[in-house]
Amino acid sequence: MTRIGIVAELGTETRVAATPVTVKQLLGLGYEVVVEKGAGESASFRDEAFAEAGALIVGADEAWGSEVVLRINPPTEDEIARLAEGATLIGSLSPGLRPELVEALASRPITALALDAVPRISRAQSMDVLSSMANIAGYRAVIEAAHEFGRFFTGQVTAAGKVPPAKVLVAGAGVAGLAAIGAASSLGAIVRATDPRPEVADQVKSIGGTYLKVEVAEEMKSSDGYAKATSAAYNARAAEIYSEQAADVDIIITTALIPGRPAPKLLTAEDVASMKAGSVIVDMAAGQGGNVEGSVAGERIVTDNGVVILGYTDLPARLPAQASQLYGTNMVNLLKLLTPDKDGVLRIDFDDVVQRSVTVVRDGEKTWPPPPVQVSAAPVQTETKRADERAADMAAKKTGLGPAGKAGLFAAGIAVLFGINAVAPAPLPQHFTVLMLSIVVGFYVIGKVHHALHTPLMSVTNAISGIIVVGALLQVTSDNIVMQILAAVAVLLASINIFGGFAVTRRMLAMFSAGKARS
Amino acid sequence: MSDTVSGPLTADSIAGAAYVVAALLFILSLAGLSKHEKARAGVIYGITGMIIALAATIWLTLQGAWGTGAGLTGVGLLVAAVTVGGAIGLWRARVVEMTGMPELIALLHSFVGLAAVLVGWNGHLEAPDLSPDLTAIHHAEVFIGVFIGAVTFTGSIVAFLKLSARMKSSPLMLPGKNAINLGALAAFIALTIWYVNDSQLWLLIVVTLLALGLGWHLVASIGGGDMPVVVSMLNSYSGWAAAAAGFLLNNDLLIITGALVGSSGAYLSYIMCKAMNRSFISVIAGGFGIAAPAAADAEYGEHREITAQATAEMLTNASSVVITPGYGMAVAQAQYPVAELAHQLRERGVNVRFGIHPVAGRLPGHMNVLLAEAKVPYDIVLEMDEINEDLGDTSVVLVIGANDTVNPSAAEDPGSPIAGMPVLRVWEAENVIVFKRSMAAGYAGVQNPLFFRDNSQMLFGDAKARVEDILKAF
Repeated sequence: MTRIGIVAELGTETRVAATPVTVKQLLGLGYEVVVEKGAGESASFRDEAFAEAGALIVGADEAWGSEVVLRINPPTEDEIARLAEGATLIGSLSPGLRPELVEALASRPITALALDAVPRISRAQSMDVLSSMANIAGYRAVIEAAHEFGRFFTGQVTAAGKVPPAKVLVAGAGVAGLAAIGAASSLGAIVRATDPRPEVADQVKSIGGTYLKVEVAEEMKSSDGYAKATSAAYNARAAEIYSEQAADVDIIITTALIPGRPAPKLLTAEDVASMKAGSVIVDMAAGQGGNVEGSVAGERIVTDNGVVILGYTDLPARLPAQASQLYGTNMVNLLKLLTPDKDGVLRIDFDDVVQRSVTVVRDGEKTWPPPPVQVSAAPVQTETKRADERAADMAAKKTGLGPAGKAGLFAAGIAVLFGINAVAPAPLPQHFTVLMLSIVVGFYVIGKVHHALHTPLMSVTNAISGIIVVGALLQVTSDNIVMQILAAVAVLLASINIFGGFAVTRRMLAMFSAGKARS
Repeated sequence: MSDTVSGPLTADSIAGAAYVVAALLFILSLAGLSKHEKARAGVIYGITGMIIALAATIWLTLQGAWGTGAGLTGVGLLVAAVTVGGAIGLWRARVVEMTGMPELIALLHSFVGLAAVLVGWNGHLEAPDLSPDLTAIHHAEVFIGVFIGAVTFTGSIVAFLKLSARMKSSPLMLPGKNAINLGALAAFIALTIWYVNDSQLWLLIVVTLLALGLGWHLVASIGGGDMPVVVSMLNSYSGWAAAAAGFLLNNDLLIITGALVGSSGAYLSYIMCKAMNRSFISVIAGGFGIAAPAAADAEYGEHREITAQATAEMLTNASSVVITPGYGMAVAQAQYPVAELAHQLRERGVNVRFGIHPVAGRLPGHMNVLLAEAKVPYDIVLEMDEINEDLGDTSVVLVIGANDTVNPSAAEDPGSPIAGMPVLRVWEAENVIVFKRSMAAGYAGVQNPLFFRDNSQMLFGDAKARVEDILKAF
């Protein structure tokens, strides 16, 4: 049976890669679980709780010696050395940003899976640790800002005077941005949001924010689910918006990240200087270079004009219990995928895009970067020209009859009708009169039939077209026996129609019932 | 028609009056179908009209032939035929599955067609005692009546065979099929002129065979997905056949009824054609699936799958759900679980509605009947134009067994074979879940880019089983 080791994190990290709840789930997949002593302490998960869930509490060496090691932060060189041969390490490795780590991992005969490298496809959503952590971080950013901000978020009218609501600007409406918008607006603030992808406007609106559109000609289509770098014209207009907003709002939360690139600078030093004293900026991208000029990763800075800039990079870790639970669940979902038979045997299937994407090192062999995964499948436009030609062909084919042709045909029909009636002897013109009027009445009556009753209409017309029985009836008493038999057969057939048509119509109509009938 | 009763009140005049009343009742019957509430009363009008018409005709017949030997035989045959025919009709009406309605209706059309042929033949056998002018007209009427009747008969038989899957539903592609159709028409006109001048029995036999062949070929060359148009077209023909018989027999009731049915069928065909953005001629000329290989080789990307479990979760969290069923729902007999799903979601306060494309299914209004059978209230079953505006605000759309009627390329790709066809714009909804057996293309042979959209997910398998899985997951 494969053993999973939950190891303690280093330094200030408060989270842990598994919780008592997820330990139970791991056991359910057929694994044996050991937890390093005190690993969950700072996330308020005590060793006893892990033991109760079925894990074995062991020392650090034993935990690191497991066949599968679960971790949150990337390992140090020393820690890599502690891994057993053939072991599998799973954690947030950010392989794209840290090539030296990938090399270090590949130097050992181990397998390393980066949980933060799952592709953004919906099947993999349940293991997308970036999203689950960003969600927590977005919420926490608002809480941190509220903590620094010396005023209410919500507007109030009190006996002691009116309190205006706080104005919050959220830059970037990704998972973290949306969580921040939701948290800020539920505290009662006026929330505005920016994002280069116009399609997020509805999402922003749906959780209580106002989307500020950057009006330039180009639009961005995201093909891998993440934002991309933007054009110069766009950036110029966006910078204007940020300057305008900075002077107006009380709190700014920036979340703009571009995968594999330094974070874009959204707010300049002038923008920050234009803000009111006591305003708060939370730069959630501080760890990747920051969206705000003057922010420092992991630090709280107060500018000369009294603006607080928070560059915390450990926002998820400030909600350790919750963050560990969500991280642990993401981890369990990945292991579910890797353990298809729930037999405690870990298998990596490179034909599966998710498994391929997360694998950084396999048995000491570097497999990073994985082939790109196309997520939004916009139909490919290569055949546009041919399509246009085809459309033209089809249009050419369709123009069989122009308006003139149709008018001509109509006139010819009228003329024929006139001709027949003008020359035809006695009973015929009367018959045509009846026919014409009936057709006109028929069209008007049928045109009003409810669309849902088209099938009953057909069956009722079936029944009444059985009226042809009248013709057969008139012939059934003929002196000619052949005629009598033919007429009798016709009567029989028409009777089937009459009885069958009416009966089935009644049956169908009896089924149609209004909403009340159901309850 | 002899007048045995003297005075102003003759059998003929009474029958004539009865026919006027019956015709009016038939019109009221069709008018009643404009609203669900009035529909049942409409059928009563129809039945009453039929009883009046039949009573008047039978009385008229007996008046003329009472006491003669032929009259006695006639009455015997009449009673036997009506009894047997009525029994068969009632039996079929009782046992037919609602999914099998298209077949039944096609079969009923064929009966009218055959009856019209028989009446026409009798018109030939009955030596007319008329002036030369009228004799010529009589002959032409016999011919036209037999022709329309025979086309309706075989056409409906083929439609029935195709609908009941006893015959392959793909179009029969004879070389020069349009030439065959037009040639048959030309031959019919030539034979009519010949027959008017010299009324030989063999000419009538030839034209009957010609029309039978034409009807067969006409419908055999039309594919399964065009069946709504074909069935309503045959409905129309059966009406014209009755109207032709009315001309032949000098009977206004037949003409009125025939014209009503004929225009009804024509109108339905028109609606169906409009719903497919095709002209009536192009449906008859066939060839929908043939011009299709269009962008079949284009790369559309990858589709995503979803489980019944996840679908159930998504549905319970949705504020509004629209279900768009298609022929696949009828095939899988999934209307009952679908209705149960709608019911359960409504109990949970989810706004559930159905969006029906005019050509969904194999018969105009087919889906409505299936949903009504499963007790879905008709006021949540909406037409395409009624629901299209709301699809943008819908949380989840369930596409059950529909394909071409929800294909975005109809609206977006001018080169698509179905370009310009009005479709349900389901892709505007937040989430689309497509119930489908495999990734195969729809009837039109056109790949559906809907399946590859960001907001759509596929739930593969038998529609009925999958919907039942969702119900279990609730």
